[in-house]
Amino acid sequence: MNSRNANRRGFLKRGAALAGLAVGAMPFARAQSLPGAAADERPPKDLSYGERSRFENSVRTVTLGGPRDIIPGLPAGEMGQRLTPLQDSTGIITPSSLHFMTGRGSRLPDIDPREHRLMIHGMVDRPLVFTMEELKRLPSVSRIHFIECAGNSGMSHYKAMVKGIEVANSPALTKSTFVIQQVHGRVSTSEWTGVLLSVLLKEAGVQKNASWLVAEGADSNRHSKSIPLEKGMDDVIVAYSQNGEAVRPEQGYPLRLVVPGWEGVSNVKYLRSIKVVDTPYYLKVETANYTNMTPDGKASWYEFQVGPKSLITFPSDAHQLPGRGLFEISGLAWSGRGAISRVEVSTNGGKTWKDAQLQRPVFRKAFTRFRLGWNWDGEETLIQSRCTNEFGDVQPTMRQLGKLWGDKREPPIAGSDVENFWQTAPIMEFFSNPIQPWRVGRDGSVQDALYKS
Amino acid sequence: MRFIRASLFLPATVLAMCGAAMAQSPTYKVGRPPTEAELRAWDNVVGPDGKELPQGSGGAKEGAKVYADKCSFCHGQNGTEGPAPRLIGGVDSLSTRNPVLTLGSFWPYATTVWDYINRSMPRDAEGSLTPDQVYAVTAYLLYKNDIIKETDVLDAKTLLKVQMPNRFGFFPAKPEAAAKNGNWKPNWNQAKPASR
Repeated sequence: MNSRNANRRGFLKRGAALAGLAVGAMPFARAQSLPGAAADERPPKDLSYGERSRFENSVRTVTLGGPRDIIPGLPAGEMGQRLTPLQDSTGIITPSSLHFMTGRGSRLPDIDPREHRLMIHGMVDRPLVFTMEELKRLPSVSRIHFIECAGNSGMSHYKAMVKGIEVANSPALTKSTFVIQQVHGRVSTSEWTGVLLSVLLKEAGVQKNASWLVAEGADSNRHSKSIPLEKGMDDVIVAYSQNGEAVRPEQGYPLRLVVPGWEGVSNVKYLRSIKVVDTPYYLKVETANYTNMTPDGKASWYEFQVGPKSLITFPSDAHQLPGRGLFEISGLAWSGRGAISRVEVSTNGGKTWKDAQLQRPVFRKAFTRFRLGWNWDGEETLIQSRCTNEFGDVQPTMRQLGKLWGDKREPPIAGSDVENFWQTAPIMEFFSNPIQPWRVGRDGSVQDALYKS
Repeated sequence: MRFIRASLFLPATVLAMCGAAMAQSPTYKVGRPPTEAELRAWDNVVGPDGKELPQGSGGAKEGAKVYADKCSFCHGQNGTEGPAPRLIGGVDSLSTRNPVLTLGSFWPYATTVWDYINRSMPRDAEGSLTPDQVYAVTAYLLYKNDIIKETDVLDAKTLLKVQMPNRFGFFPAKPEAAAKNGNWKPNWNQAKPASR
């Protein structure tokens, strides 16, 4: 754990009351850690599979505001989501244990890999069944890719967060709930290892008129998704490994689809069947939801690709600045189309922008870490980032995003009307990638300035 | 123009060869053909042409019983109360500021209703309904949404004839447009700021 990271943790709001003292106290705190030799007297642990220091407490959080938060005694529903603490992230890889998840069935599948099979069937010359062992005999690839839920950053998550906090009426929950995690935490990046789906499809021999794939999982509700054959023949991975070890149970153990750059719902977990067909199957997750309603009552469907998006992860609303002076603004940028080529940061509400430094190498369809030194003068201001991908696609402001979806009004990017705008906005629930401004107050507090002003 | 005309006169033999070249042969020879039993067990995601629908049938009357027994606990006695998503009503609400999205007002295909109930419901006992029960509860929900009559019986043939009210409420009309590059959506470049 480097000292910068330790500093950041010191800024967590939980410690806000002490924050005024924090900077001056830091050398002292470090000196204090020397007598920590006492900690070594704890009984030796089983170190065969390591765990992090007991002083580290960064965790995934659950989605708030669901019916089970509000009505006691309901039967088990979907497992729901676990959200990545982006506010604690460094570099570009999300630890597997902190990778966001959506659990669709009521139980976490517990699949014996010796029993698991993948079947390729439908419009193919040779339907095939593979064991895990057989899949691992085929040529493999390792690639770094983000996975993002299409609903990430949608306004309903903000509303659910506010409602959840209100219903729980718990100061502890209020203090540990942040927009950066509850609203934006449905995105993570891992190194995925497996077989390219194109290898399996060629092995089975795709027939001439085929145009779509239907992928199905072995979880209890048998999650399924239609995917164009063209994408399946491009860069889709049938992955058995994540960040150097087997894919975790909540990520689809023993086998999952990784569909780079496309909406998270396509990345079918517990993968057991790929059917080659000649039409999309109009499944529930591509009609009833994961479709985008526009103001005229028509909904878009089969969108797939995640737009260019960036977020300042430090400082964000999970942090408290101890006082004026030098800070490193740091954040993440990603795009479903190609590599991130530029991230600009504004520390004055969008009046001027500076190029941030990108962490290299930059991977396509993966998190890109950006950094920019910032000397805060102690005055209230808005900080925000804006990214561009290698094709010149630029991350929009909320106003620009509204226009793309047919909203004719001109809401401010931040200010007292923002909340009204959200209340009456067309449903831009999916593929929401607006610039996220954070408001830094004179007291060093950092607040969301997009969903609420 | 020249290219287009030339392609019209490609000899049939050349076209046949192209076809042959497209047929791929296995490279690694790993894996085995599925058994009939495996295909039967796993090939049951139902598409819009209903090829995977099993035999069986059911109507709204039997469906009402299945609904009360298996669904109402989460979806409410009338399919409107929740807490699980509302199932009934909402037609004509889609272009208002508070659209009510139900399987009646929003879902474009009846096969989707059948498939989701069959494989993913009821929660905690997913896949436990018999084909007759799934046809019946589908009929009940479509009847309650005024899409079919109470006396209509659904089976693998009649389900495909059901016209859902929002069948043409989605764009692009042909999802194939999206299959080309995965990106039909508005060009993000439109969001380019005026000054850089």
